[in-house]
Amino acid sequence: MEMVVVAPPASGKLEDLKRRFFATPLQAVVSLLSLSVIVFLVWKLLNWAVFSAVFDASGGADACHAASGACWSVIAARWRIIFFGLYPYEEQWRSALACVTVVAMTVLSCIPAFWTGRRIALVWGLGAAVFYVLMKGGLLGLSFVGEEMWGGLALTLFIFVTTCLIGFPLAICLALLRRSELPWISRTTGLIIDGVRSLPLISILFTFAIVLPFALPQWLQGDKLYRVILGSALFFSAYQAEIVRGGMQGVPRGQEEAAMALGLSYWHRISRILLPQAMRNALPATINQFVISFKETSLVVIVGFFEILASGNAAYGTGEWRFAYVEVYAFIALIYFVFVFSLSRYGAFLERRMSVGER
Amino acid sequence: MFKLLRNQKVRNALLQALYVGALGALVLAGTLIARQNLAAQGITSGFDFLFKSTGWDLGFSLLPASANDPYWWYFVIGILNTLFLGSFGLALATLVGMIVGLAQTSANDLAKLLGRTYVDVFRNIPLILQVFFWYALITHLPTPRNAHEGWGMLLTSRGLYLPVPNVGGLAMLAASLAAVAAIVLPIWLGRTSLLSRPLGQRTSVQLAAVAAALVCAVLFLFVGRLPDTPLLDLPSLQGLNLRGGLRIPPEFSALVVAIAIYGGSYIGEIVRGGFKAVGKGQVEAASSLGLTLWQVFTLVRLPLALRAMLPILANQYVWLMKATTMGIAVGFTDFFMITALTINHSGQTLEAIGILMAGFLIINLSLAALFNRINKAIALKGNQLRG
Repeated sequence: MEMVVVAPPASGKLEDLKRRFFATPLQAVVSLLSLSVIVFLVWKLLNWAVFSAVFDASGGADACHAASGACWSVIAARWRIIFFGLYPYEEQWRSALACVTVVAMTVLSCIPAFWTGRRIALVWGLGAAVFYVLMKGGLLGLSFVGEEMWGGLALTLFIFVTTCLIGFPLAICLALLRRSELPWISRTTGLIIDGVRSLPLISILFTFAIVLPFALPQWLQGDKLYRVILGSALFFSAYQAEIVRGGMQGVPRGQEEAAMALGLSYWHRISRILLPQAMRNALPATINQFVISFKETSLVVIVGFFEILASGNAAYGTGEWRFAYVEVYAFIALIYFVFVFSLSRYGAFLERRMSVGER
Repeated sequence: MFKLLRNQKVRNALLQALYVGALGALVLAGTLIARQNLAAQGITSGFDFLFKSTGWDLGFSLLPASANDPYWWYFVIGILNTLFLGSFGLALATLVGMIVGLAQTSANDLAKLLGRTYVDVFRNIPLILQVFFWYALITHLPTPRNAHEGWGMLLTSRGLYLPVPNVGGLAMLAASLAAVAAIVLPIWLGRTSLLSRPLGQRTSVQLAAVAAALVCAVLFLFVGRLPDTPLLDLPSLQGLNLRGGLRIPPEFSALVVAIAIYGGSYIGEIVRGGFKAVGKGQVEAASSLGLTLWQVFTLVRLPLALRAMLPILANQYVWLMKATTMGIAVGFTDFFMITALTINHSGQTLEAIGILMAGFLIINLSLAALFNRINKAIALKGNQLRG
């Protein structure tokens, strides 16, 4: 018998392409359909946002009416109101610096060298203090600017940072209370957590902003901004508490029993043995929760705050720029996207990094 | 006394009493102060206000409502509106999510890229921003005079106008029930044990059932026709206004589109996870048995993926249901907005907030209970090992 040896097909680029995208008729159809959608969308987007867009602000709104593409001059004309809201014009560098502080703080807390309880608390405490002094002034020769003048990106970041600063310790407290061995304490805490979680955030913000003043004595009411931050921190902590509790459940029981056998006190057991391991388990979900709560700060627009979304509405809402709403929303969406996407990418990176460690 | 405090049991009981008592006292004090404050404004507490007429009008309602109607009726309408918006939004979001998820799990790199990009873009932009965007887009459409027209529909800044058949309400309901039966009947016939015919050989019975249901639907529509009117009620321009047809207000469509797109990106990720959880061996075994691609998908991959993603999907549905409260941002009179308006107009703050909380608790708990039942029904029976 004669052996027939067929040489394998040369694995050229074309063959590779055929194997990847045109293996079966169905594959070919899907490939062509996807490719045409991608080309169409990319072309449309580029054409709108770059090729036929107006970048020059000197023409004013009239130049935009003539063009068929995006009108980025609205951003050039109104970026100050989007970023800083009603903050006094001469002092807006302070607002900008405060935003940079928050970004720096977030970047610092993403570096593993800062992942001890003390360092992270120091970074966030110090960052929040610098932010507050910069924004409010009245110190170090900075002129005083009340909270009612804050707005735009700075207000969004302020609400986010304070929500996390108040919410995180509260979440740990709630998680510890819920896993308490005393049945009434754990049950009551569970009721609070589940109750808050079952409500929409808007209704909680609304309650804290508008209803709570009725239920508090005059001297306890405080500013509406801080009440709303408290409400949003409560909501954050209810979700975060469940994440922390999940992390605690991932810690083997033997760890705590060993600590007990060594005679460590409750606080030492919690702070030295349980929490470090639990936080490690809970880290990916925690970052996800930070991402969600950053997106949810935008809801304060409903209870009447001038954060970035509301200032965006104001930026196009008056006079000549009334038609340029798509550009303004696209710009704000881009700001959110940059923050949220980089944070969630970082979260995904961490998850991979940690799963390598466990192998 | 101090000896007593050293006793573990006594100490535990004291601690618990202190904790629960302190929280209870806080709530009680708040309620008392609020009642006092409200009484100072001349508002008496209690649920009597539910039976007073409201005196303000609703923007959107499924049932007839006027300013003379009592508050309890408005709350019912609000809950209905929320459920209506929620079910539309959830259904569309599931559809979008299914497509996106399938694109992400497909073997084709281009489709994968499309799905991935969709998820990354829409998941990272806050929902409320998307609601604002769609609302602005719709309200900036041309005025009724220069409306976009197509297939009898009109697209204007006042909303989307659809043609509706000129049929009485009862006949319409019967016809839609028949249409639902046309979908449900063949599925039921395909799996019931009441039929003696073996499973898999029931196509003719199923087709007959579908045909019968569709004939019934058409019959209902024909019988219920309003006399002396054309078959379809087409929207048309009369003077400065639009007459006829069914108007879908911009608030509603903006919210539905935003929820569908945003929810779709989350559900897409859940669907992707579900399909990834299906063992490779299952798919390989199915195709080596000679099943076609479609059969592998409907009989093996989809059921197994569904089982894996259902619990997470339930959470997502609850979240999206709560997200309908964003209606207040564009003026859609959902449950939350009715509550806020009630507080503004009647001042019955505590009662209204109580109703809101109870309402959402009931909605969320029933959604959770429904999904638990479905979950139990499709969970693996027995305890044999399966890979």
